[in-house]
Amino acid sequence: MPDPRLLLLSPGDTVFVLRGAVEAGETVALEAGAAVMPARLGLGHKIARAAIAKGERIVKYGAPIGRATEDIAAGAHVHVHNVASDYTPTYALAATSEDVAR
Amino acid sequence: MRGYPRSDGRKGIRNLVAVAYLVECAHHVARKIVEPHDAAAHLIGFPGCFPNAYAQRMMERLCTHPNVGAVVLVSLGCESFDRHRLAETVRASGRAVETLVIQRDGGTRATVEAGRAMVARMAARLAEAQTLPMDISELVVGTVCGGSDGTSGLTGNPAVGVAFDRLVEAGAACIFEETGELIGCEDIMAARAATPELGAEIRASVDKAARYYATLGFGSFAAGNAEGGLTTIEEKSLGAYAKSGQSAISGLIKPGDIPPRGGLYLMDVVPDGEVRYGFPNISDNAEIVEMMASGAHLTLFVTGRGSVVGSALAPVVKIAANPHMYARLAEDMDVNAGRILTEGASVEEVGAEIVDLVRRVADGHPTKSEELGHTEFILTYKTFEPLGPACLPL
Repeated sequence: MPDPRLLLLSPGDTVFVLRGAVEAGETVALEAGAAVMPARLGLGHKIARAAIAKGERIVKYGAPIGRATEDIAAGAHVHVHNVASDYTPTYALAATSEDVAR
Repeated sequence: MRGYPRSDGRKGIRNLVAVAYLVECAHHVARKIVEPHDAAAHLIGFPGCFPNAYAQRMMERLCTHPNVGAVVLVSLGCESFDRHRLAETVRASGRAVETLVIQRDGGTRATVEAGRAMVARMAARLAEAQTLPMDISELVVGTVCGGSDGTSGLTGNPAVGVAFDRLVEAGAACIFEETGELIGCEDIMAARAATPELGAEIRASVDKAARYYATLGFGSFAAGNAEGGLTTIEEKSLGAYAKSGQSAISGLIKPGDIPPRGGLYLMDVVPDGEVRYGFPNISDNAEIVEMMASGAHLTLFVTGRGSVVGSALAPVVKIAANPHMYARLAEDMDVNAGRILTEGASVEEVGAEIVDLVRRVADGHPTKSEELGHTEFILTYKTFEPLGPACLPL
């Protein structure tokens, strides 16, 4: 199992969930190797367990939670900028510095 | 545990005077009536002037909720709400009921004075009421989540799922909801239904929700959910779904339908028919109000971002999913489920803590939101068809 800061909720998941905030520039250990965090990410956010191709399903809790809207590198932040719902589009405000502090 | 016996066989865990305005135009007067009595009397009401069968039914259910011992209705006088029918329903339940009509009774000041005197008399009588032993199997417990984030589905919701399993085992009726926040869970949920026909009804209720929200253009997903790490409605749904635990699903109910016996029930909150009146539940308290209308004595509210709300009439137990939020808002939170992430607590352990707290709150222990005086309430327009025959198979 890789990094203790990462939570794998179900064996077939394609994302890890962060157990706590990870700072920009920090390295996390994935099964596929090390990845450097491009920005500070907060508790509960997700990163790609391995590379995910555009159009592929994102799997969390062992169930699909949407599709990649672009190619996602291993360790990259998986969120509203690169995932779309299979049901209704997500409404989000523009990111603020407050987001990453949490 | 002890409860206040009611004529329909249910028991209350609180014994409150409900002061109900029947149109927004009577809201101020009703609020002023409650003001000096805010521990004994709670304000509820419906703001609309147009008639609505759902609102009428909800108000009838709420005014005869087991936690309500007496009722004051506050009418402007010219609204469409059927105050006579509501008063008759309350009277038939054996509760004291008085109706004030502002246009008849002399305007704001005179009506407030008369209403305060009524509440004082009713509260004094309720304070003398006898209680009877009450078993956990007599409880109806609802659950909602609000201000969800990436921790909700990791800590608070699974812990409530454990608590629900224990409560259902003990014979209580447990209700989970928001079919619009179960989009993506329809197959796994249908597989847990007591009968295949109920499973089909459950699947249809989620399909209805998906169509309804697609028409409106927004899912049941707030901007703060995304800030907290949730990306799509189906991700939020899977986390929310964990609140339902592992029990078989005994039935599908709509707001105001009272579970016929113990078990786990899904509440279909999305209106039937064409899309009208806007979003099904415009904010979290609308969901709590519907739980109460279906008899919920109390509600377990899981929050990640940190909601501070309580409710009129029925206590709200707030379960913090996010440990950082808990550190900031501890005064508002009854349970810290975030310690599953930070202190290695098990989901089972937090679930057991929630069951213990449910017993204590049912026995009179005030929740944090009760201590802080929260009595939020909201009721808006909806339309529902009656339940189909496959919805309550047991």
